Amino acid sequence: MEKYRIDPDKGLEFGIYTLGDHLPNPATGERISAQQRIQDIIEYAQLAEQAGIDFFSVGESHQEYFATQAHAVVLSAIAQATKRIKIASSSTIISTSDPVRVYENFATLDLISNGRAELVAGRASRIGLFELLGYDVRNYEDLFEEKFDLLRLINENETVNWSGEFRAPLRNAKVLPRPVNGSLPIWRAVGGTPASAMKAGYAGVPMFMAHLGGAASTFKRTIDAYRDAAKEGGHDPAQLPVATAGFFYAAESSQQALKELYPHINEGMKLTNGSGFPKQLFAQGVDPHNIMNIGSPQQIIEKILYQHEMFGHQRYIAQIDFGGMPMDNIKKNLELIGTEILPAIKKYTARK
Amino acid sequence: MKIVALSGSQVGSKTRTAIDAAVEILAEKYPEAETTLIDLADFKVEFSDGRNYLDYDGDTGYVTKTIMEADAIIIGTPIFQASIPATLKNIFDLLPVNAFRDKVVSMIVTAGSSKHYLVADLQLKPILAYMKAQMVQTFVFIEEEDFFQKKIINHDVLFRIDRLVEDTVVLTETFSKIREQKEEAYDF
Repeated sequence: MEKYRIDPDKGLEFGIYTLGDHLPNPATGERISAQQRIQDIIEYAQLAEQAGIDFFSVGESHQEYFATQAHAVVLSAIAQATKRIKIASSSTIISTSDPVRVYENFATLDLISNGRAELVAGRASRIGLFELLGYDVRNYEDLFEEKFDLLRLINENETVNWSGEFRAPLRNAKVLPRPVNGSLPIWRAVGGTPASAMKAGYAGVPMFMAHLGGAASTFKRTIDAYRDAAKEGGHDPAQLPVATAGFFYAAESSQQALKELYPHINEGMKLTNGSGFPKQLFAQGVDPHNIMNIGSPQQIIEKILYQHEMFGHQRYIAQIDFGGMPMDNIKKNLELIGTEILPAIKKYTARK
Repeated sequence: MKIVALSGSQVGSKTRTAIDAAVEILAEKYPEAETTLIDLADFKVEFSDGRNYLDYDGDTGYVTKTIMEADAIIIGTPIFQASIPATLKNIFDLLPVNAFRDKVVSMIVTAGSSKHYLVADLQLKPILAYMKAQMVQTFVFIEEEDFFQKKIINHDVLFRIDRLVEDTVVLTETFSKIREQKEEAYDF
């Protein structure tokens, strides 16, 4: 775990992620400017740090209703505005970028942040960016696998010799600068199905598992499949961190939390994905056995501890700001995390 | 209420004739419903390449978005080679897995032989069920002999289409009322 800058003795890490979505607030129908949204995201990271949160990450989406296409640039502003919190992408679409340039960016980010940068590589759920950036979507799988392998090769070796299908070969190429400790924690984004998790497992890469809703036990199967695949690939699962990431919202009661969050998720998903989130499924989100962490602070503490006992994961990452969530609600959530949720989670998961 | 009448084939005229009959009944009996006729013979629809339906433009974008915005869909389909035509299957492939959630779907099937009667039950309904449609269980099955010079000449067929349209509208209203009540009960 040391290689990935995770100390299990300190208990479950608590993180925040934003997709960098730029959506109207459904209560008012109004949308803040992209400039304001980016300023808000930087402030969000600062406030998360002040609340004692361990990790903050920003996504890359090249489509309407998103503002952090240049997520590495946003992350570097966050690096400068914070001191202690770990910062990462969630995720970097490696398929449509040059791994050399991505590595240069994130190694530089690591230097700016004094060793706090991590990279999560993903494959994109919407595929408009292939055309935008000049790639053929028919190579969706191959592009990711080749570029992700190259990225990891660059991470492990300062001088690289490589050739592949989608990029000019590298001959004794030095990819510089190097990160503070020589390499970065690089994770693979996984969609929640066992098949997707096994790809990360075979390669012995840490898994960042994003999820919507559903029974926590369903996702346990994905995590088991990941660790089994890691073992089969000759890796030690005990050395490979697992992160889970999904919707989070705390309020005085679970009913209040549902009320404040639901319109943002439902309307936001309609605009970004073309289908809303059914109320019936969302209502089940407050059940103690559901993986969505929605409820009162005490209910959320119990849910996260239940998930931790089941998954044995190293990091939980909360998404609070989707769908034009006002900053005031985000701040209230950070306060509840900092004063009630985080202390309880650390108390019960840290080794004394 | 938004209703899409979808004629699912580029070949022949029987399916379109039957769908036209349904659209006429809709216009006459339910003028408040907003009905859109989509005849796939009039559109150049691409084959699905796996992208989100929002990412298609042109005819493909128009057809998929119009279907996604509907409350009810009356699907007209011929039977080719003992199955639904590729044009119709492609529409299903273009849409998200839960595309028909909270939608009512009914079926008008035209066929050159009575041997095709069970194709809708065995092949079309499982697709619609998988995509979460509320189905009008009784579909209208029309044979070659019921048409003459692009008109339906069997009054029984016209009665059956009339009942299908009524069932489609009534079920759509009913399900939307149930849903409204249920969603209100959630109180969030």
